[in-house]
Amino acid sequence: MNIHVLMLVLNRLIVAVITLLIVSFTVFAATEFLPGDVAQILLGQAATPEAVAGLRTAMHLDDPAILRFIHWLGGLAAGDLGISYANNMPIAQLIGPRFISSLKLAAATALFSVPIALALGITAAILRGSLYDRIVTTITITVISVPEFMVATSAVLFFAVYLKWLPALSFANEVHSFGELLRVFAMPVITLSFVISAQMIRMTRAAVIETLDTPYIEMALLKGAAPARIVLKHALPNALGPIVNAVALSLSYLLGGVIIVETIFNYPGIAKLMVDAVATRDLPLIQSCSMIFCFGYLILITIADIIAILSNPRLR
Amino acid sequence: MAPFALSPKKLGYRFNVVGIVGLTIILLWALAAIFAPLLTPYPIGEIVDYDYFGPMSAKFFMGTDYLGRDIFSRILMGARYTVGISLAAVTIACVTGVALGMSAAVAGGWFDACLSRFLDALNSIPSKLFGLVVVAAVGSSIPVLILTLAVIYTPGAYRFSRALAVNINTMDYVTVARARGEKTGYLIRSEILPNILGPVLADLGLRFVFIVLLLSGLSFLGLGVQPPNADWGALVRENIGGLPFGAAAVIFPSIAIASLTISVNLLIDNLPQKIRDRSA
Repeated sequence: MNIHVLMLVLNRLIVAVITLLIVSFTVFAATEFLPGDVAQILLGQAATPEAVAGLRTAMHLDDPAILRFIHWLGGLAAGDLGISYANNMPIAQLIGPRFISSLKLAAATALFSVPIALALGITAAILRGSLYDRIVTTITITVISVPEFMVATSAVLFFAVYLKWLPALSFANEVHSFGELLRVFAMPVITLSFVISAQMIRMTRAAVIETLDTPYIEMALLKGAAPARIVLKHALPNALGPIVNAVALSLSYLLGGVIIVETIFNYPGIAKLMVDAVATRDLPLIQSCSMIFCFGYLILITIADIIAILSNPRLR
Repeated sequence: MAPFALSPKKLGYRFNVVGIVGLTIILLWALAAIFAPLLTPYPIGEIVDYDYFGPMSAKFFMGTDYLGRDIFSRILMGARYTVGISLAAVTIACVTGVALGMSAAVAGGWFDACLSRFLDALNSIPSKLFGLVVVAAVGSSIPVLILTLAVIYTPGAYRFSRALAVNINTMDYVTVARARGEKTGYLIRSEILPNILGPVLADLGLRFVFIVLLLSGLSFLGLGVQPPNADWGALVRENIGGLPFGAAAVIFPSIAIASLTISVNLLIDNLPQKIRDRSA
């Protein structure tokens, strides 16, 4: 790796940090628009003015906005997420178990969908123009152009209502056996997999087709190399960078999908926590959840960009 | 007369069959949105059937909802919210984005660099999350929804039109116009805009689909259009309880959304050659 590539990667990382700062400022500023006095809301209508003033001082609410922003950001960096308005619990405690169950859902979805999507995307690209390719492309475009909740409701209609294989919308917290675990996870994972696979298949297919159109593939073809050899030895190694880039980008769609899927299936994850927090207007909780989401999203798209830089042979 | 009818110019603006199907469905929904109050067979908010989650019947041909209200009437009225809000948002997003994009391409320098950095940062907030935070902070109303959706999709329109305009900006005729001493406003309006209009319109359609999907998603989460009014996403939310037994009340609003978004996609993919090629 030469110095030029290193600079590009470093530049990308700096952009990511700046973006994170702007994002955190946006999240913080959004709460500034909220009408009403936070201290008053916390203490209720019966509170004496002295108590409200005391709490305002304790919470640094009288400081200028920029100081409070820095204070809040420092707390975030140190892992202090603040206290939830709704039930006075430390947010870190609320988020911890929810975060882990969301990660489980995401991991299960990734394990399930990445191999299938890659296989479909690559084969569709190789068999470009065939009936198989057209069927795969039509289905992916259809899935992409309908809302996530419609994928979820269709999955419920198909697997739970017509086939009666899986429970419909209930999410049981007590899981006693491996079989039950599978049944409980099946619907959310199937739905999420559909949503992100569609993106992944499209991007993988495009990446492989772009590689197959290059002069060196034509050269291999003219030399008389076998089709399998052309694909495995010439095309795939060169398409690997764009494919991994596509996978990372598609996984970032998990974040949007997970909000809908956790709500519809009542899955006890962090997105459900956040949607509930929006309903109760629990701002510190919303701030923390959205920072976690933005952070995850930013990590994924930064990784995707860095892989794209590293895999570009012209830069190596 | 016959030979002239097939002249290339006329052929160029003709839609193919798939494009016509897409356009027809879009126009039908547009008409439904405009004339909804005249078309609804039953009053929107009125409970017209004792049976909740009623099946499709001659009287209620899309069934009834969780309170026994007519779904067909509610979908027609919902078209107003879904199509209207999305159209307003996409117009604001594209006008702002394209204007800024062209200005940045023509001006270049610091203006371009700062604007691009800022809008890129805005672009890397997941859209649904942005909607959630704004709605949590300021509450959900139709103007707030329109503005939020517009803000979310402005960076995309900016980036797209800027990339196109940068290419046009280096063309000889722009250089000539600049040498002639034309003002920046003239360059943008008369030299660049006409040459990026085709792709920009196609992009507008795509962005409209994204906005419809996001709006439906937010409404589905209960953060979009508020009861007693309902757009199509909110209709699905209201009736989600009927899903385990496959109620028509969940299925038809979903089909309405899908028919609109898929039609727009079909139309964009099958735009007449002449419109599609209006790029440089």
